[in-house]
Amino acid sequence: MKDISRRDFLKMTGAGAAAIGVTACENAAKSTLPPTVIDKTPGEMVLRSCGEDKVSLLGYGCMRWPMIKDDNGKDIIDQAAVNELVDYAMAHGVNYYDTSPVYLQGQSEEATAKALLRYPRDSWFLATKLSNFSNYTYENSVKMYKRSLEIFQTDHIDYYLLHSISGGDAFRQRYEDTGIMDFLLEEKKKGHIRKLGLSFHGHKEGFDELMELHEKYHWDFVQIQMNFVDWNHAAGRNTNASYLYEELDKREIPIVIMEPLLGGRLANLPGPVAERLKGKEPSKSIASWSFRFSGSHPRVLSILSGMTYMENLEDNVDTFTHFKPLEKDDYEFLDEMALMIRDYPLINCNMCQYCMPCPYGIDIPNIFKYYNDTINNGTFVQNAEQENYQKLRKRYLTGYNKAIETIRQADHCIACNQCSPHCPQSLRIPRELQRIDEYIEKLKQGKL
Amino acid sequence: MLRKTRIALASLFFAGITLLFIGIGQDWWGWMAKIQFLPALLKVFSSALALNVAVVAGLILLTLIFGRIYCSVICPLGVMQDIISWLQRKIYKARTGKTRRYSHSRELKAVRYGVWVLFCAALIAGVQVIVALVAPYSAYGRIVRSMVSPSGWQVPVIAAVTFVAVAVLAWTGGRTWCNTICPVGTTLSFFSRFAMFRPVIDTEKCVKCRACERACKASCIDVDGGKIDYSRCVDCFDCIGSCKLSGLKYRFAWKSGAKSAETAEKGVDAGKRAFIAGAMIAGATTLKAQEMKLDGGLADILPKQKPERKNRLVPFGAKSEKDFYSKCTACQLCVSACPNNVLRPSTDLMHLMQPEMSYENGWCRPECTECSQVCPAGAITAITPEEKTAEHIGRAVVDLELCLANTEDVACGNCSRHCPAGAIKMVKNEKGKAVPAVMEELCMGCGACEFLCPVRPISAIHVDGLKSHIKE
Repeated sequence: MKDISRRDFLKMTGAGAAAIGVTACENAAKSTLPPTVIDKTPGEMVLRSCGEDKVSLLGYGCMRWPMIKDDNGKDIIDQAAVNELVDYAMAHGVNYYDTSPVYLQGQSEEATAKALLRYPRDSWFLATKLSNFSNYTYENSVKMYKRSLEIFQTDHIDYYLLHSISGGDAFRQRYEDTGIMDFLLEEKKKGHIRKLGLSFHGHKEGFDELMELHEKYHWDFVQIQMNFVDWNHAAGRNTNASYLYEELDKREIPIVIMEPLLGGRLANLPGPVAERLKGKEPSKSIASWSFRFSGSHPRVLSILSGMTYMENLEDNVDTFTHFKPLEKDDYEFLDEMALMIRDYPLINCNMCQYCMPCPYGIDIPNIFKYYNDTINNGTFVQNAEQENYQKLRKRYLTGYNKAIETIRQADHCIACNQCSPHCPQSLRIPRELQRIDEYIEKLKQGKL
Repeated sequence: MLRKTRIALASLFFAGITLLFIGIGQDWWGWMAKIQFLPALLKVFSSALALNVAVVAGLILLTLIFGRIYCSVICPLGVMQDIISWLQRKIYKARTGKTRRYSHSRELKAVRYGVWVLFCAALIAGVQVIVALVAPYSAYGRIVRSMVSPSGWQVPVIAAVTFVAVAVLAWTGGRTWCNTICPVGTTLSFFSRFAMFRPVIDTEKCVKCRACERACKASCIDVDGGKIDYSRCVDCFDCIGSCKLSGLKYRFAWKSGAKSAETAEKGVDAGKRAFIAGAMIAGATTLKAQEMKLDGGLADILPKQKPERKNRLVPFGAKSEKDFYSKCTACQLCVSACPNNVLRPSTDLMHLMQPEMSYENGWCRPECTECSQVCPAGAITAITPEEKTAEHIGRAVVDLELCLANTEDVACGNCSRHCPAGAIKMVKNEKGKAVPAVMEELCMGCGACEFLCPVRPISAIHVDGLKSHIKE
């Protein structure tokens, strides 16, 4: 870890010194120039280049727009709030917007389009995905692609991603065998797709297969999960981000970062970890550490943050308009923090909602969130010998009932396991739910 | 001094019992519910426990010694009326500048004893609806519950009607309800007319200014006749202070003449109310078929519907369905105490307002004995969690035609996994599928299986009540 950090550090400072450079991302092989531009004008958004594109280092992840209830009690996106957020983002130089046809119960693309179409088409980069998970036939995939163009009232998608591929098999099944890959390449030739890339979740072997395919398809960019925990301590079947980054950097493929904050988990850390981070930079947000980590890697093109609230956006804009790359010992410090975090029995759920809706109505992400939150804020009940046990127990159970409707709690999970295959973090969801259920049951019966 | 003491004590009781119905402070003022006359009396009829006999005997003794102190201090409905008539007097004074005056009235014998006889008949015949309707403590409980957390529409409507009737009577005539309708008031009046201590008019000092008569909320002072109707006097002591000449004293006065006996006018029959239990039509919504899998959101979940039970379920700590419903006065205290949403007021005519136990919104958890701790009527006797696990109140029954594990290609077993008694085993059926089977002797009837069954709106496993509870 330390070696890699140092190497990165050197590379990063190298890039910083060069100050200007261009990645030829369509044809990565031919260029050995320093990969990115770092625009360091203080008070302005850091931009990085991908070919002729100047992309803001802070990208907008449109998977977590604020939701409200409509008159019928249905969850809908709060369009007024989205417009406000986009206005602020546009005013501060955020020009990369990443969405998908399946996000937010299929509402994300439309809400994002509504907000963005108030601005000239050439003032923002559209990133969306071919999210053909359940039905990957040629017809359905083309339909999905065309619908994205239609929603954004445009003839081109700037960054188009093959959504969440775990390896060669998945790629062949969903894209090659159906002939849809040929279609997409054709569309790219016509200029309807400007850059074609993919997003990756999975193990090392799968990633290697996709890198082999680079020889054939020349990925214009690749989206990976990267943050200071996943850098060398990726959980489940996920691959360490340090490996992914190295492989992509070697091939000079621009990298888009997802889950820089693990769905906000790296902004809401266990007390002792949070105190250490605050101790080092008291006036900076906990979240800013993660963004500085990702942003300090020069091959990174844009870092997607699903900013639900204005405060998130303002804080991130501040981080990226006064960008301070990490120092050498910062990497070592963050790795120490990552190890500390790993010691807590947290559930690695990033609230991406891919598992939802559970057909039996379980509120999976919020159950995990409640559990994690109580571990982080120290209200998790350890055992009956604990000081204030009765009080803590009552608080825990009342809080659980408030956070999750009774009929959507963990005890209603029948372990059908329809959820797990959708989980990019490869969580064994029913097992985790049963673990929480057993814990709650013990707590209720006072048998902890 | 007497009046102030009465007000202070009444405030304490009223606050305590009100909080109890809201669900606060069972440990501190739970005993206040246990000394309510009617629930205690019903307990004596059914299970002559020494404690209950002592409570009833104590209350009768209290009345024999001090008069109907019970009505102005312990009974929450009585205190509520005092508050309403006090408010009315304040408003009257603010509006007109004058003091509101009560006046003596005759005892409405026909109504009073008519209601009492009807009440006793209902009690003997087991028509709990009538008993519960006029029982003062239960009526008050329903009023509070309906304000705090209304359940269904029937009980709130009944509570509202009761409240309006009681409030109108209190507003216009002080303690009219207590002295014409209330069966507890009438019962206690049989004793209070022989009370040892009572307010007595000193005919030597009395100048017949009628100040006491005007102050009497019970309208029981007859200055002209120089008499007080002790069957109606609730010992509020308002009269004592009203006499500037100290012509009224609360003193030992055994055998100093009973109430005036006047012919009662023919009363109007107490109106009968018809209750209609509405059919609940649950809106059926189905899961929408999706063209593609979209991320996020919660699946629509049908609310569970009450299954048809062979016998009704009644709480752990009760003896049997029959025993439970014959003792319960529908005070709603157990409903307010239940933290698991298992108890709610019934809506069917036979058990209207009395609690109904069902598992659509929760199950009867093993560590919880709340309802058994609060019941003042002995319908649910106090049990410990250990005793609870040794009691069987019902038996789970599986409907394999509904069961997911049988009908679908999905391994479920949620009922088996959650059964606290280990009474549900997953067994292989002829199709090789693991389906739930109930070990009858182990099942306690707690309803974990029914509540947690994923099949909706009617669970594939439900609990039938046992006619009589089995205690190991």
